[in-house]
Amino acid sequence: MSPRRNRRHLITILQDVQSREGYLSHDALLQAAKFLGMSSATAWGVATFYKQFRFTPPGRQSVRVCLGTACHLAGGQLVLDAVARELKIEVGGTTEDREFDLDRVACIGCCALAPVVTIGKDVYPGMTPVKVEEVLVALNPLSPP
Amino acid sequence: MTPRRIDRLVRMDWQALYKGETTHILVGTATCGRAAGSMAVLEAFRREIAGLEGKVQVSEVGCMGLCSYEPLAVIIKPGDFSVCYHHVTPQVVPQLVEGYIRGDDPCLELALGTLEGGGEEAVYIPELDLFKHQERVLLRNCGYNSPLEISHYIASGGYRGLSMALKLKPAQILNELEKSGLRGRGGAGFPTAAKWAACSQAKGKTRYVICNADEGDPGAFMDRVLLESDPHAILEGMAIAGYTTGARRGYIYIRDEYPLAIERLKIALNQATEKGLLGRKILDSGFSFTIEIVRGAGAFVSGEETAMIAAIEGRRSWPESRPPYPTEAGLWGRPTLVNNVKTLAYIPLIVQKGGGWFAGTGTGNSPGTALFALAGKLENTGLAEVPMGTSLRTLIYAIGGGIKKGRQFKAVQIGGPSGGCLPESMLDTPIDFDSLKEAGAIMGSGGVIVMDEDNCMVDTARFFIDFSRQESCGKCTQCRIGTFHLFSMLDDITKGKGALKSLEDLQRLSLDIKEGSLCGLGKAAPNPVLTTLRYFRNEYEAHVLEQRCPARVCRELTAYYILPEKCYRGCDHCVLACPAEAIFSDEKGVKVVDQEKCTKCGSCELVCPAEYNAVIRMSPVRLVPLNRRTKPGTPSKEP
Repeated sequence: MSPRRNRRHLITILQDVQSREGYLSHDALLQAAKFLGMSSATAWGVATFYKQFRFTPPGRQSVRVCLGTACHLAGGQLVLDAVARELKIEVGGTTEDREFDLDRVACIGCCALAPVVTIGKDVYPGMTPVKVEEVLVALNPLSPP
Repeated sequence: MTPRRIDRLVRMDWQALYKGETTHILVGTATCGRAAGSMAVLEAFRREIAGLEGKVQVSEVGCMGLCSYEPLAVIIKPGDFSVCYHHVTPQVVPQLVEGYIRGDDPCLELALGTLEGGGEEAVYIPELDLFKHQERVLLRNCGYNSPLEISHYIASGGYRGLSMALKLKPAQILNELEKSGLRGRGGAGFPTAAKWAACSQAKGKTRYVICNADEGDPGAFMDRVLLESDPHAILEGMAIAGYTTGARRGYIYIRDEYPLAIERLKIALNQATEKGLLGRKILDSGFSFTIEIVRGAGAFVSGEETAMIAAIEGRRSWPESRPPYPTEAGLWGRPTLVNNVKTLAYIPLIVQKGGGWFAGTGTGNSPGTALFALAGKLENTGLAEVPMGTSLRTLIYAIGGGIKKGRQFKAVQIGGPSGGCLPESMLDTPIDFDSLKEAGAIMGSGGVIVMDEDNCMVDTARFFIDFSRQESCGKCTQCRIGTFHLFSMLDDITKGKGALKSLEDLQRLSLDIKEGSLCGLGKAAPNPVLTTLRYFRNEYEAHVLEQRCPARVCRELTAYYILPEKCYRGCDHCVLACPAEAIFSDEKGVKVVDQEKCTKCGSCELVCPAEYNAVIRMSPVRLVPLNRRTKPGTPSKEP
């Protein structure tokens, strides 16, 4: 069996697929399983174990509110509530126009800047419920200029 | 490529860089720096030195660990002091360039201090309270060397350890390691020499070295800083580990949430391989060692060594019972050495300076330094490296600068979700593996979170159990179901629904979970509950007996109330900020929070202007005067 098809590459393959397509579709998982010569049940079992993988399409901009210890103590929950309220979606959901998706994240290691929100690759330090509105309005392409 | 040739090439680079006539501007662009806006500062410097490119160079460096002072920039001027500036913004960059680069004014009012002593007006940084209690061994290059230039690492003594190791026998290296007394810095503190010896003695030709860079503890970012600021230290440590234990392949398992660290590791790997310091026939010896980076996929349990091995094998990250230990049968059933980032980073220095040097710092049972990430309600947050045995008080007050905004200290959490919360009475506990264990906490990987009077200990315990519950892999009944029940009991208590009996149940269930769990996640998950019950029982009792949250954090037990005597009446900040339209005016124009509509979001407290400060939080909620609870005429929700 070619070394490329070694089962140990499953997680890496899924990570690459998700970084290109934004999520793992049913089809993608079936293909990955077939490529590596494993049952789709096994592949599914591995994919669903890890929090990183999502199975529904994401928004164009991914909003992640950090709820690690320092961010929680600094009021991270209130920031998360504010984002959910502003975007009118629940945690784990995507806005109707597919512009934003929202999730919490455990800790990105910027504890000195708590509470932290990341949108895409950008890190927003010292967030408050009030700042949330400003940031999201500025990022929404549909906002009036 | 022989060691001597590398040395010579590097020295030429280094001379050209630092002994020449060039002025250097170093801008910290690790993750914290970037979040604070350092990329814009970098751009501003590049713009401002237009025309001076031959004489001035701008470089990106890692992080000194002074996160709350970011963005940081250092100007190294030949023949003059090197000055470190803090909270740099693109707006002050022109002033700095005009002042110190083109002119002779070091703009000390914007500076943290100088890197050299002897200045009359300037503060010598190592003499700052913040620094003088530290012993920066692992942090020695961070924020000064560029992690993107291998020549900086080599010029400051890098890869000298590997070069020396290759001339020794593995048994000699093991001997030095044993003399050093180094204990694993991943949290458990297992003697590193014993682990390496076990791996060396195991049967089998193929062995592996794994660097545990998963750093899953929320509040811990020491490993991230080391990987972003001085990646070669880890590569060198792994290579020495490989040589000593007979491994030819190394894996760095790094969490995916650290993209900058992954990027810098890749660059460092390429540069080291190019120079013949990694890969085949290292430094013209017979020893070959290649390193592969494996990215985590978001599971906290992957930090456990057997679960990490499963993840590298492409399986679900489930821990396995031990024995057999990974040193005997680990990755693909072969002898595997798993060590934390910090543990590996000490290795090159121990080889160079000897085990006795390492054992000369710290305490008898816990030699060496400890690298901590200080976060929470402190003035100075960031990294601090202190000799083992330093007291918590020194760490929190001398280095951390004490509690910010003049609030009162309440507790310090050490060791992440597996650790414990210690109160003021324990602040003189020395920081070492055994003293902390006795106190009920653990050293953990080094995350230290400080809490003040505005944090609720029951809410904190709930937070940590929630985390452990979500991260439980599900294999063990006690952990899977136990953490779920601990969480629901704590959740009930924060909502005023518990009873005194709940506290006994919490205690008993916590001990059961510790006994019945296979791995460290389950075994340590109840620690925050056990320590808060031990040291903060009064808070639990207030919740269950009085429906009162002393810190006024738990939402069901807290009411937002506008003090009539302080309300300005003439402004509308709170009304406009309230997302639930829950604030109305009474007949005198004083604003009132409608308790039936209020969602406890905290916006009114945030926006009420500082000169009025009219919004307070009250607990228990029955303290709110009856006639100021809801708008007259509103149908009551009471049955």
